[in-house]
Formats: sequence, structure tokens, C-alpha cells
Amino acid sequence: MKSPEFDYVKVRTLEQAIALLHANGDEARILAGGQSLLAALNMRLSEPSLLIDIGGLSVLRAIAVHGAFLRIGALATHTDIENSSLVAQHAPLLSLAVGRIAHRAIRNAGTFGGSIANADPAAEWPCCLLALDGWVLVRGPAGERRIAAADFFTGLYTTALADDEILLACDLPLAQRDDWFGFDELARRSGDYAICGLAVALRFSGSVVQSAHLSWLGLASTPLRSRRTEALLAGQPLDAATLQGVTDALLAELDPIADLTHTGATKRHLATVLARRLLEQALATRQGLQPGMH
Amino acid sequence: MADQQTIHLHVNGQAHTGNVAPRTHLIDWIREDLGLKGSHLGCEHGVCGACTVMVDGRIVRGCLTLAVQTDGCEVLTVEGLGALEPARALQQAFVRHNALQCGFCTAGMLMAALELVQNKPYATRAEVREWMSGNYCRCTGYHAIVDAVCEVLAQQMPEPAKGAA
Amino acid sequence: MSKVMESQPAALHDLSSDPRYIGHSPERPSARRLVQGQGCYVDDIRLPRMAHVVYWRSPVAHCRITRINAEFARRMPGVLLVADGEDLAKICKPWVATLGHLANMKSAPQYPLARGRAHWQGEPVVAVVAESRVQAEDALQYLQVEWEPLPAVADMETALDPETPLIHPELGDNLCFQRNLDTGGVDAAFAAADHVLKTTFEFGRHTGVTLEPRCQIADWASAEQRLTVYHSQQAPHMMQDLYARQFGIAESQVRVICKDVGGSFGIKVHAYPDDFATVALSMMLGRPVKFVADRLESFTSDIHARHHRVHARIAVKQDGEILAFDMDDLTGIGPFSMFPRTSAIEGNQVVNLVGGPYKHQQYRAQLKVVFQNKTPTCQYRGVGHPIACAVTEALVDQAARAIGMDPLEIRRRNVIPDDAYPCSGISGVKFESLSHQACLARLENLMDYHALRAEQEALRKKGIYRGIGIAALIELTNPSAAFYGVGGARIASQDGATARLDPNGGVTVMVSVGEQGQGTEAIYTQIAADAVGVDMAQVRVVTGDTEVTPYGGGTWASRGAGIGGEAVLLAGEALRANMRKLAAVILQREAQTLDIHRGSVVDSASREPLCSVAEIGRIAYFRSDLLPRDFTPELSVTRHYAQRDYPFIFTNGVQASYVEVDPDTGFVKLLRHWAVEDCGRVINPRLVDEQIRGAIVQGIGGALLEECLYDAQGLMLNANMADYLVPMCAEMPDIEVAHVETPTRSSKLGAKGAGEAGTAGAPAAVMNAINDALAPFAVSVTSQPLTPQKILQALGKV
Repeated sequence: MKSPEFDYVKVRTLEQAIALLHANGDEARILAGGQSLLAALNMRLSEPSLLIDIGGLSVLRAIAVHGAFLRIGALATHTDIENSSLVAQHAPLLSLAVGRIAHRAIRNAGTFGGSIANADPAAEWPCCLLALDGWVLVRGPAGERRIAAADFFTGLYTTALADDEILLACDLPLAQRDDWFGFDELARRSGDYAICGLAVALRFSGSVVQSAHLSWLGLASTPLRSRRTEALLAGQPLDAATLQGVTDALLAELDPIADLTHTGATKRHLATVLARRLLEQALATRQGLQPGMH
Repeated sequence: MADQQTIHLHVNGQAHTGNVAPRTHLIDWIREDLGLKGSHLGCEHGVCGACTVMVDGRIVRGCLTLAVQTDGCEVLTVEGLGALEPARALQQAFVRHNALQCGFCTAGMLMAALELVQNKPYATRAEVREWMSGNYCRCTGYHAIVDAVCEVLAQQMPEPAKGAA
Repeated sequence: MSKVMESQPAALHDLSSDPRYIGHSPERPSARRLVQGQGCYVDDIRLPRMAHVVYWRSPVAHCRITRINAEFARRMPGVLLVADGEDLAKICKPWVATLGHLANMKSAPQYPLARGRAHWQGEPVVAVVAESRVQAEDALQYLQVEWEPLPAVADMETALDPETPLIHPELGDNLCFQRNLDTGGVDAAFAAADHVLKTTFEFGRHTGVTLEPRCQIADWASAEQRLTVYHSQQAPHMMQDLYARQFGIAESQVRVICKDVGGSFGIKVHAYPDDFATVALSMMLGRPVKFVADRLESFTSDIHARHHRVHARIAVKQDGEILAFDMDDLTGIGPFSMFPRTSAIEGNQVVNLVGGPYKHQQYRAQLKVVFQNKTPTCQYRGVGHPIACAVTEALVDQAARAIGMDPLEIRRRNVIPDDAYPCSGISGVKFESLSHQACLARLENLMDYHALRAEQEALRKKGIYRGIGIAALIELTNPSAAFYGVGGARIASQDGATARLDPNGGVTVMVSVGEQGQGTEAIYTQIAADAVGVDMAQVRVVTGDTEVTPYGGGTWASRGAGIGGEAVLLAGEALRANMRKLAAVILQREAQTLDIHRGSVVDSASREPLCSVAEIGRIAYFRSDLLPRDFTPELSVTRHYAQRDYPFIFTNGVQASYVEVDPDTGFVKLLRHWAVEDCGRVINPRLVDEQIRGAIVQGIGGALLEECLYDAQGLMLNANMADYLVPMCAEMPDIEVAHVETPTRSSKLGAKGAGEAGTAGAPAAVMNAINDALAPFAVSVTSQPLTPQKILQALGKV
């Protein structure tokens, strides 16, 4: 359908955007890439009276290293991330995941910040941010704040952003030498929202997993970390016994929400398959790096 | 009643000024205001790809782009493809392989294929399939479309690579 | 049948003295303009003073409409009219969609807009017409409709239970149609069998999802009292007839024009309530009114199809002989049978087609077609064939497994032999000449069957599970009037072509079968060029306008090549003969010493050019003074053709699917697909192969991905492009096609139909391949779509 009517302002400064948000509250929406917002408007699921177009704020599109973090600007498109050698070097998890996001035409317009702020539990970026324990930088009338990923996604399409705050960027801890990253998702058609997906971030110390982050998409109303299973992995070598332990732990820990075609039980089973496959890959890579290990 | 906005942009190399309601989609402005009917509407939720056009050299969904967002941009539609290589090569390959039947998806397919051949000149057949899976076709079953795109990729290969021993 | 049937298959002979185009694959004339974005689809057309309609549709499966308040909607900017069922009933008659030859079929009267009661989620109830589409959509939100929910019949298994409410109390029950067929010795055959395999099959309801939604512009010109409808439709003459009758005007007051159609597949061959509503609104306003279905509304307003539950059994001897099939088919349609082709045809065809390729002598079939409060269903590409073939071919595979026989071998032993024709199938269908054996042999080579079996074996040892699925099929094409005409429906089974030599030497051919992308216009150009004796570039084909073309049936049941093509051939030949007569008079020679060859009049023996066809055209049209008083050139010739030798001209084919199933995830990877098809004379091999490929992928959609999901209240849960899964490029296999050509004797052209066979066989081939892959686990899946979850459940993993 055609979109319902709305007023539109293309802002020239961030302050202008924040002031408009503050003045209009729930009636205003930020327009960045618009790939989720405009689809919702076209289905008349949402009727904001004002769209604040921040697309001209090019400073928000930067991808750059800031101290110990890779800072990804809110307006970086998924294609920008796909093409970024900085991302490939410092946040390779994102490079692994980006090709799974929708299709090229969506990736060319959709933005990193838009995906984080939209907080779809089946989206790739919230899941990856949570896997990396990244930070969300936001600014409102009261100033800037940093919100940890674990505190940011509070419910279905709901975040810790106040109505008058704008997401500026996300900080991702720089990848270290002994880090291993993996990403996989199961979707019946390439580019669809996945039935379930997993972002794995492991930090090794020799052959031992010093810390493991297992971050899931498509299982709950937000991306989630299976922390009990992570705790099981921490301090363990990655071997067949540990992998079996991971499967058992996930079966106990995960309680996925069903979707139109998949029960919670199916999703739980698929989650264990994803975990096993990614961790087997990690094991194979570590064995490749440290010959003689098994 | 929302205020109309004035936009200045180029479409297929020609300068245009538009006076649009903010909610007007790019695809509707192209079709109704400019009369360029070659790009089509199939779903208006960004999934089918029939409305795919290029803005500043990148494919986007015309139904998920507001006309006002394209102020100052260069827009390319199917009507502008004949003036560009490798777009013309793609059109000719589509005709040769009968990579279109009813023609409704074709403009979007050509746009997606154009960005592929421009950005992934070494794409494998599987990669072509993956890339083109953002555009729905109900008529062809995709095989002929993939053949046509692969043929253009092969044509584009620099000579030494073709005969590499 | 009036002809003596010979037992040898017909040979493919040349159709003209210089056959340049038939049998070859020249480029489609319309392809060039389409790749340049120069199509003309209904939504591209803008008429002066054209208005736009949107429909308020029932949000629930069944409700009583208690109040419609249009006061605020009417005040919205640009609104011209808000109308309801009562308004439209004044000018448009209701209809009942039954066919006389389907005895006991019943349905209730249906109106263009619901009156008092809405019967399915998506039934149109109120029309809002405005100057622009967006204004109409804005106004729709201010329309206030009050309704009370009524109990919904949403489960076909219980539709006939005494406790289930009646959708139409006056009909007495929720049964639309039933049929029973019994050859009499079925129980004895099952008793004599060495193995009886029994399975319940499910086929999910799904829909066509044409990329161009349904759309039309109705233009009632009140001064002239003429209705013109620009329609994205397959059968313009049928719609002309229906508009005339439902609105009580003369056929000659109605013109239907079909220009470019963005995909149809049967979805656009039916007469929808909103078709009539849009016409009524134009009459009420005296202005053109455009309707374009929004994608979301398409999912609940386009016809659905293929919702069946089949209990079936096969009886087989240890030596591989199939003795009998026995099946019980339940199918759930909508609350009304769909107009005018009816919703009973699909189930009726399942009865006719189960077991089709085989020579068993015993068959029992029971069919019940029941009403539900869900979107109405009707013919969609393949119409019952995908279900019949899947049931049959799965049982044949199960039989093969039970007796330890190779699946190709069991088919070789049981198909009706190629030299047995003409003959009848045990369900009563009449076959002219099929080639199951030749097709099986061709397939075996084409796919290198034995190499694939070896590969499968080797990979199984490594824990990789691949499967090969075979599906033999029969497909009805080129229907006679036995399909609809005998049942009282005014649906033409004949078609006509007018071939005309124009003054400058061009040939214009106007044909009553139209184009929706399959290449109809291309093959008619080829046929006409060969028949008349001119270059393809000199031929122009005109279709899709009731004002211009002869009267005919249009596109459905894979009849365009065989029936429309024959009319073009006959008209072209007749025009050539008249051109030779004219040339004879002009050149003062005997007609039989002259011929038309590549745009020139030539000496028929030496092919020496004597003059151009443009020259004889010039004289005929502008220099009648140079012609004898007793001779009048007839350079515009019309010929009609109807297939009257058989109820249908059946085709046959066989498909194979090669898949890999991941037993951990239940995901199926389609590795490759093959089809060997016998559609008689192939006019343009590339176009036929592309039809088959597209049809196969459409069948794969139903087998793996597509389903209209409903809740217990009859609400569709996935009515959008994100949640209703259609096949996209990445998951589809490469598809190799080969042909056997057994022409039909029922026409000179010898062409049978090819449009639907791909859809008929693909679900069967894929399901059989998946079950072949799962065979080491001794499990199988028989519920389509075959989702990962169903596979995991069969494997006991969830």
C-alpha cells in the first residue's frame, strides 16, 4: 500500500534531530536507511506524523578505530560494512555475518544503527553486537551515554533508547590475535529472517577456551546469550567431550519461542546443530594453527 | 496536509525537478510523475524486487525509498540501460536466453544483474544465484536468467584469464 | 470419434515447402521491448478522468455485517463514491458457479460485494473510489464497518460433521461435490497382491503469487453505452460474455483488452467478485475505474488451490506388476465455488489422473469437495495433476522398495507400452498416443542414472544422504468442449485466427489466444511465417482484444500452441493459397505453378522470384481496375479450429530430481532436475524448455515452501511476501530438458500442450527424491510442503 501521510524534515545537524525528537515524542521517527520503517509504513502498521531524515549527517557514516574499539557509525550501510577492510581486520564477525542480511538492494540502503535501534530479534547486527559485548553510543537532550549491549535490547523491538535519543555509533572491542569468530544461521531461503542463528566469539589461551560468547538470533524476543553454556566452555579445551557438553547444556538452557512453521523444540534442536558445527570449525581452525593438538 | 518538497535530481542522465509529497515513494514518482513505466510494483514491502532501481550507482528498492531522499542523486532506471555497457550486454543476453517471459520482473532483474557484473566480475554460478535471489520471478524458474548473467560475466573476462593454462 | 485411429504414432513432417521457423528457436519478437522497459501492463495505463478503487474486505472468516458508516470516508479528500453490496446488486446479477456435467455439484449465489454476510477473510464488502490510489487508501481507514463474528468452518476434515455449522443452510450441507469411481474388482486385486502399501498424503493450500497483481481498468462510456475493460486476464472473450450477462447488456457493448500480463498461471483466468464490482463502479460513476490488488490483499483474494488430504493404497505383486490403486481424496475449497470454471474441477482431475501412466486394471477413487470459510479455490497451473502424480509416484516408489526393485525398472514394467495406443486409462481417460517407454529410456541416459546411483551409494558411506526421485506423468492439453462447454459454461474450446496480407507486403495475424509471457505471440509468428511463406520480421501478431480478434477461448489447460497454433496454421495456409490465386491472375499463369517463398511470388519448380508480395498487395488494394471483373482477391482469411477427436490430447513425460537431505537440520538441497517431455511437435524448443523450467520451479514451490497457513478461526497467518515463501533463485536447481516428439493427429500442426507438465511432475519427483535420501533411516515424509521440521519429526530428532 502507499504510506500514510507524514511531515518530513531533512536535518542538517544532530542537535536539530534531537530537538525534533524531544518535541514530538512518540509521533516522530528517525529515517536512516528506512528499510524497516518504510516497509512498516507501507503496510500502514505505523502512522508517525513526522519523519526526521538524518541521512545527510555524513559524520555518522564513519567506520574508524577509536582506542580499543572499532567504532561503526549509525549510518554505515550494510554494504559499507561488507566493503570495509577495517571491519574485516578488527571485527571479522561482522564480515562473516553481513552477507546473510537480506539482499543487496536492502544492504545498500539499510544501516547498522537502524538495525540496532530496530532491535529485531532475528536480525544479525543486534546478535553480533551482543556476541562482542559492544557498546551503543547515544545522544539525547541531556547529553551522550554509552549503553552496554547486554543492557540495550530490552524486549521485542524495544531498546534502552529514550524517545528523544539518537543512536550515534557502536563500539566493538577490537579483535585480538587469539580470537576466533564464527557466524551461521539457518534460513529456508537465502536472505530470509533466519529460523535461528548463532554468533560465536571465542578467546583462546593456547588450546583452552578462555572465554566463549554464544549469541543467538531468532530464539527469543531479543538476541540472547546462552551464558550458562558459555560458563561451561570457559577454561575448557575444545574437544569432543566439551562439544557434547555444549549440546546438553544448550538443550537445558534454551527455551526458544515458536514461529509460524517451527516449534520451540525444533529451534532448540537446530540451535544445538549450529553450535556443534561452528565449534567444530573453531576446533579445526585451532588444530590447523597448532599442529599436533587434538 | 504535509508540505510538498522540491527535489532536484538526475534520472537516466537527465536533470529533473520534482514537487513531491514526502510520503511519495521513488518508484511511484518515477512511474507517475516522470511516466517511466518500465520499473514495476509487485509488493510494496521490499521483498519481490520488481521496483529495483539504481541510486548513485547502487541498487535499492524503489518502494522503500522516498522520492525526497533522492534529492541531489543520480537515478538509473531500465529506460536508461541501453546507453550503458555492460547493461546493454545484459539486455541482449536476456533476449538471447529468453531470460524473461512476462517481463514484469525484468527491469529489477537487470538492475540487480548490473550491480553484480560491476562489482563481482569473478562471480561463480552459485554466487550469481545467491545475488539474484533478491528478485522474484514466477515465470522462468531462474535458470535462463542465471545463464544470461554468467554469459555476460564470461564475456567481460579479460583475455589472458580466459585462456589461462 | 469420427476418424479411424491408426496404431502407429504420427510422424513429424514438414509443414511447409520452406520450413524455416517451426521447430527452431528464433528470438521472441516481444523480448526486445520488454528488456527496455517498454511493456504495457494495466497499471501503466492512464485514462482521462480515471478513478481508483480500494476494497474493504472482511477481516474475519465469517461475519454478519451489521452497519456500514461511510460518512467520514466520503468526506476524505478526493473520494468520489463509497458503495456496498446493496448498491451493486441493483446493477449486477449474482452468479452460481456450477457445471452441468459435474452431477450433484452445488454452490450458493455470490454477489460482487458481500451482502449482509461476509464468508471468507478477504471477501470484498465495501468499495471506496477516489481520484487517486493513495486518497482511496487514506479514505478506507475512515470507513466504519460493524460486524458480528459468526462460527467459521475452517477444518475440512470436520466440514461435513453434523455439529459443524452450515455455511449455506439452504444447501443442506457443506458438500460442494462428490464423486465415486470403482472398476469393480478392486478388493479382489488387493487380496491378490503380494504387497499393499498404504499412505496418507497431505498437500498444503497455496496460491499463485503472480508478480503483477490482479488488476483491471473498467471504462463505462455512458454516452455510447459501451464498456471497455483493460484486464490482466487470460480469457478476454469469456470475460466479455460474463460482463454482458451479469450486467444485462449486449455482448457487442463490451470490449475486453488484454495487453501485457505480468504472469497469470490460471490465477487470472477466473471471474472475481471484484472484477464485477469494478465494472459496476465505473457504470455508477460514468468514469473509468482502476483496480490494482495490493500484494497483501492478493493473498486472501486471489484464488487458492491444492489443499488435499489423500488416503491411498497400491497393490503390487512381487514380480513388480501393479494391480490396483485405491484412493480417498478430501479437498477443502472456499465458501463458494469459483466462477465460472468451478472449484470441483481440481478434485475431479485428481480422480481422473491417479495411476495415469500405468496399465493396471483396477481402480477405486472417492472424492469429496467441501466448503470452508477460507479464500475460494480454483484452477491453478497443473490443476490436480501435481496431487495425482505425487500420490501415484510415491506409492510406486514404495512398491518398488517393498519388492526390492529399482524405481526405474518398476515403472518400465508398468507403464502403458508405447505401441498400445490409442487406448483408455482405467479411470476412463482416453489416450491418443503416449511415449512413456521412450521417455523413461531418454531420462535414464540424460541423467546418467547409474552413475548417480553409484555416487549416492558412495556418499552414504560418508554420511551424506542424497536421493533420486522419479516421476512419470500424464498431462491433459488441447481440451475439447468436454471440459467446460458441455457443462453449460460459455467458455470456448475453439479458437480462430485471421491472417491478412497488408498492402506493403506485411502479414498481420489476429488470434484469439493471447500472451502472458509464455511466447504465444512468438510461436504464432513462426507458424504464420512458415505457412504464408514470408520472413518472421514481416509478420505481426495481434492478440488480446475482443474487438479485433476472432472469437475464442484464450489461455488455459495448455491449449495455446495446439489449438491457437492450428488456427494460425490453417489461416496462414489459406492466405497463401489466396495469394497464389491472386498472383496467378496478375501474372497470367496457373496458380499451381506459383508459390510464395520468403516474401516473393516465385515459380514453384525453380523458385525463381517473379514479383514481391508487396506488388500483388499493391495491385489488390489499389489497382482493382487491373483485375478481371469476375475475380476478387481475398487477402484476409479467418480459420477456426477446435480439437474434437478426444476429450483431451494427453501428453506424457517423466522427471527426475536429485537432492541432498541434511538429517541434522532437515534442510533439502536441490542438486539437479531433469525433465523429458513429449508435447508432440515442438514449435520453439527454447520457449517450450523455458515453460517447463518455470513450471517445474512452480511445482517445487508447492513441494517445499509454499503454504497458506491458517489458524483455527480461518484467518490466514502468512499473507505477505516475507512469510509466504515463494521459490527464489539461490535454492533452485539447474534444470535439463529433453524431448520425445509424438505429434498428435488431431491437427495438422501436431502440437500438444506443454505449459503445465513441469508443475505436474516436480512435486512428485522432489518428494520421491527426499524419501529416497531418507531411505537408510526407514522413514518417509508425505506432507507437502516438505519442511525441515517435518523431516526432523520423521527422523525422530524433534
